[in-house]
Amino acid sequence: MKYLAEFRDAPAARALAAEIRNSASRPWPIMEVCGGQTHSIIRNGIDQLLGDAVELIHGPGCPVCVTPLEMIDKALAIAARPEVIFCSFGDMLRVPGSESDLFRVKSEGGDIRVVYSPLDALDLARKNPARQVVFFGIGFETTAPANAMAVHLAARHGITNFSMLVSHVLVPPALEAILDSPRCRVKAFLAAGHVCCVMGFWQYPPIAARWRVPIVVTGFEPLDLLEGIRRAVRQLEAGEARVENAYERAVTFDGNRPAQALLDDVFDVTDRTWRGIGSIPRSGWRLSARYQAWDAEARFDVGGIATKEPANCRAGEVLQGTLKPYQCPAFGTQCTPRTPLGATMVSAEGACAAYYHAGRGVEPAVHG
Amino acid sequence: MDDPAEWVCPLPLRDYPSVVLGHGGGGLLSAELIEHIFLPAFGNPALDALGDAAVLTPPPGRLAFTTDSFVVRPLFFPGGSIGDLAVNGSVNDLAMRGARPLWLSAGFILEEGLPLRSLGAIVARMASAARAAGVQIVTGDTKVVERGHGDGLYINTAGIGVVPPGIEIGPDRARPGDIILVSGTIGDHGMAVMSVREGLEFDSPIESDCRPLAGLVQALLDRVPGAVRVLRDPTRGGVAAVLHEIAAKSGVGIDLSEPAVPVSEPVRSACELLGLDPLHVANEGKLVAIVARERAEEALAVLREHPAGGPAAAIIAVVTDQHPGRLVARTAIGASRVIAPALGEQLPRIC
Repeated sequence: MKYLAEFRDAPAARALAAEIRNSASRPWPIMEVCGGQTHSIIRNGIDQLLGDAVELIHGPGCPVCVTPLEMIDKALAIAARPEVIFCSFGDMLRVPGSESDLFRVKSEGGDIRVVYSPLDALDLARKNPARQVVFFGIGFETTAPANAMAVHLAARHGITNFSMLVSHVLVPPALEAILDSPRCRVKAFLAAGHVCCVMGFWQYPPIAARWRVPIVVTGFEPLDLLEGIRRAVRQLEAGEARVENAYERAVTFDGNRPAQALLDDVFDVTDRTWRGIGSIPRSGWRLSARYQAWDAEARFDVGGIATKEPANCRAGEVLQGTLKPYQCPAFGTQCTPRTPLGATMVSAEGACAAYYHAGRGVEPAVHG
Repeated sequence: MDDPAEWVCPLPLRDYPSVVLGHGGGGLLSAELIEHIFLPAFGNPALDALGDAAVLTPPPGRLAFTTDSFVVRPLFFPGGSIGDLAVNGSVNDLAMRGARPLWLSAGFILEEGLPLRSLGAIVARMASAARAAGVQIVTGDTKVVERGHGDGLYINTAGIGVVPPGIEIGPDRARPGDIILVSGTIGDHGMAVMSVREGLEFDSPIESDCRPLAGLVQALLDRVPGAVRVLRDPTRGGVAAVLHEIAAKSGVGIDLSEPAVPVSEPVRSACELLGLDPLHVANEGKLVAIVARERAEEALAVLREHPAGGPAAAIIAVVTDQHPGRLVARTAIGASRVIAPALGEQLPRIC
């Protein structure tokens, strides 16, 4: 496949991995921020090629995992209402709320539909004028432009039976929160390529400078990831702390300016709770005042929700990179994809699910 | 014939363009449905007798007996229909035990309002699939449920076949050292259905691989007699589910080479886009064969030459006494990972 097969070339991957192993003087702790990168690393076994040269720390970049429990509970309450068609991306359906999940609400009669784009949900609203169509708008800067466009179009075309339950999160404040933590061991970041497709990387130089940390914009295929790691290690060995772009075929410094303008119009920056981590100031987006009429939280009375996290779920430590999934006592025993205690065991991008599915830590890893 | 509009009733029906509750009532309307739609399509001496049961005389050998229900939505999809699936599904289940498929039953649950044209077209597809597979549909049943209680049409088929003496094929017979082959590209059916169901449009349309495999199995058993240990058609859950089941039942491990697994470019692209793994996606016209190592190349040649196989057939894995019960993949870049059994259907990823 064009632009994919070339970036999965085994000899090139081995050569890059060898260069990284040869150049690293110690096991550098590098965090890949994005859950899609975690998935690719584990699925392809990239960490196996690197030996002790690098310790990959999995970051909080799985949007499914960090969506706050309160927001999941609100989604469950809205989705159960008889007048509502509740639309969501597929991997939100199994995420556990305090008492239930969307799959269970669906089996109990909730009209819940998996869509591939928020614009599909907008179409549903057009076709079902007597119903309330609600889209669960979650994710990082990556999914935000399409969500913003759906709300923008709803406003422009006066589609009043559409609304969005918004729980967007932002990458740069999360990096700052991780770097500010006294337990932070991260020496370099791989920034998420698709986030940077939208936002560019103009937000990162001040972070790199203030915390003296290299940040390398990195893609998702094996060679992309290895190239990102190679550049991060090269900077660390040289004592540098710059922002580099290792995903030039997709990312520019400025990013997608029209998308950013739309995001500015539709969303306001807000404090946001990250599931398992806690509140991070100015780390999320909510609908701006202009678009309040399309805010599902305002449209449906879902206040007064009391959330309850399982006491033995340590997803927060996993998301902050201080605990490997298999170091959690519940991993693979009380907590499996069938009976997830936390969201990190649900999404394919969640670190716990990625480890579980790859057989990491259930038993000693198999090396062929 | 994919278009129900092309179907023409061989005998004009009395009054109704669509299924009504009376079609399941056992009266004249039921009789008409049989006479006008089912008998002209399926007709054979055992069915034409219209007794309460078909009376059949089996040839020598052990009987294989299977059943399967079909609830696919939409009823027609690129490369097939629920009718083709209903026949080929049971035919292939019989073939995977080394049986020669002989007879099928067909039970229909019709939803009130289903256009008779659609039913006619689906029944015609079943009849041509049965002819292609060399089986007869010898008994059947029709029920009608109220509108809103079904997706137009559900079909159940059961099948009977005969296993010739000396053929021993089953999921518990894989042995360390055996070689695992697949008869062509994987994931075509699942992605074809998903693309129409979800309204996804790809540059090159993906067609279901729905087809009967009994002829291909017969060719394998003729050409490499005694060397075939396990045959499975990787339907729901895909190749990964089948390999997990074989690993568990045979008490062996399986080492899979991910780059060796044949996947067509459109299916690979669609899976990449949706965040799905083709190893977990359904097939309806492919088989996984486990054969003795020394006959693997011959078996591969059979799969490649036969019209129900094709040039994409490949050796994808070996059976090992290491890591029993587990499926371990060698990845494209030469690392390894354990492939865990899927919980249910794969869910498309958010981004």
